[in-house]
Amino acid sequence: MVGAACALYAARAGLAVAVVDRGPVAGGTTGAGEGNLLVSDKEPGPELDLALLSGRLWADLAEERAEAIEYEAKGGVVVAPTPESLAALEAFAAGQRTAGVLTEPVATDQLHDLEPYLAPGLAGAVHYPQDTQVMPALAAAHLLRASGARLLTGRTVTEVLRARDGSVRGVRTDRGDLYAPAVVNAAGTWGAEVASLAGVTLPVLPRRGFVLVTEPLPRRVRHKVYAADYVADVASDSAALQTSPVVEGTAAGPILIGASRERVGFDRSFSLPVVRELAEGATRLFPFLSQVRALRTYLGFRPYLPDHLPAIGPDPRAPGLFHACGHEGAGIGLSTGTGQLIAQVLAGRTPDLDLAPFRPDRFSEEAA
Amino acid sequence: MNPLDLVRAEPGPAFTVTLDGRDIEVLPGRTVAAALWAEGVTSWRTTRDAGRPRGVFCGIGVCFDCLVTVNDRPNQRACLVPLAPGDTIRTQEGTGHDD
Repeated sequence: MVGAACALYAARAGLAVAVVDRGPVAGGTTGAGEGNLLVSDKEPGPELDLALLSGRLWADLAEERAEAIEYEAKGGVVVAPTPESLAALEAFAAGQRTAGVLTEPVATDQLHDLEPYLAPGLAGAVHYPQDTQVMPALAAAHLLRASGARLLTGRTVTEVLRARDGSVRGVRTDRGDLYAPAVVNAAGTWGAEVASLAGVTLPVLPRRGFVLVTEPLPRRVRHKVYAADYVADVASDSAALQTSPVVEGTAAGPILIGASRERVGFDRSFSLPVVRELAEGATRLFPFLSQVRALRTYLGFRPYLPDHLPAIGPDPRAPGLFHACGHEGAGIGLSTGTGQLIAQVLAGRTPDLDLAPFRPDRFSEEAA
Repeated sequence: MNPLDLVRAEPGPAFTVTLDGRDIEVLPGRTVAAALWAEGVTSWRTTRDAGRPRGVFCGIGVCFDCLVTVNDRPNQRACLVPLAPGDTIRTQEGTGHDD
């Protein structure tokens, strides 16, 4: 998704773009997520600024193709089970408000107007009207098509070509060389591998997540609904399993239930304990789900960087190499802003946001 | 040729279930899908958006195309659910849920 957005905005900036992917479009983490464009889970700071920028760009893109990419400005509802968690959530929301996030406190007696099927007895919630959803595989495909970029799928980058002076001059693939004065590493969870091909380190690690998919249902979950402890899980540095319920309907009818986080490498094996925790968490929020069939699960690997910020911008260690990866679980949402920023630096313009917090060389060698 | 003869099957006595209110006879061991096929019914659901006909596609529980309501429980995979005497099969529309 990030690569598709980079291609789109770079092409709009007048650059000739080729997209190389060893798999198909959306064959990696893009095809394994839920398509969340969230501001609600981000504290004030560079990631939230990027999310707000990205949200505006998504809205622009959706003007022409909302239906095609299943863009739905449904809003998010973060619920607090207890008075203590509600107080913490409201303090968090107050901080976000100063950073430009729209937040609306929801009292207990209004909660069921927003979400009629929520469990009784919740302390309260905060409504985030800016939270939005897209269908990520469709979005990636449509953005690539709109970019007009040359699309080379099923083609693996095996080497980043460097000139004698160290500058990047293209990539070698398993099916020939591509020469270019600039190479953008948008390999997501596999961004560390591509970086190492250029002789630089970028400590992207996989953070596994499962999604549980229900049978198609009438619209019973209207917003993206999650429990307040999700924010703490996202920000955690632990490698151990964490789950917090995240529940949302889709345009096609099934409800998607997340979210688990664990660092177990690229292990694709099914985990019943994880999926069971997801189901338990979701039925605590929406008791009706206990009577609904789960059709399947899928899993993916979020590209995790140790400080939870993506790497965006030029790599001073390899002139001509740019990074646009490491967005963890927010890559779909943050892709448009990332693509815009990358296009701006590629074209020699001043980027809309300060790229210093996203510097790809900000990690010490030990962290890598 | 009757497939039962091909394998020299000697099934037990048939029992009765209902399909959308009418009685049909089912040999023991058959799934909902097998019973419907034996009855000459090959399509019993329509897609939610375009209303296209659907019946058994994969036949092994993977594709979820053959969904049907059995004993008031919607979205059962006809290819997997074995029938018992007195079961009620209802073809379903849309998501199979009322709201």
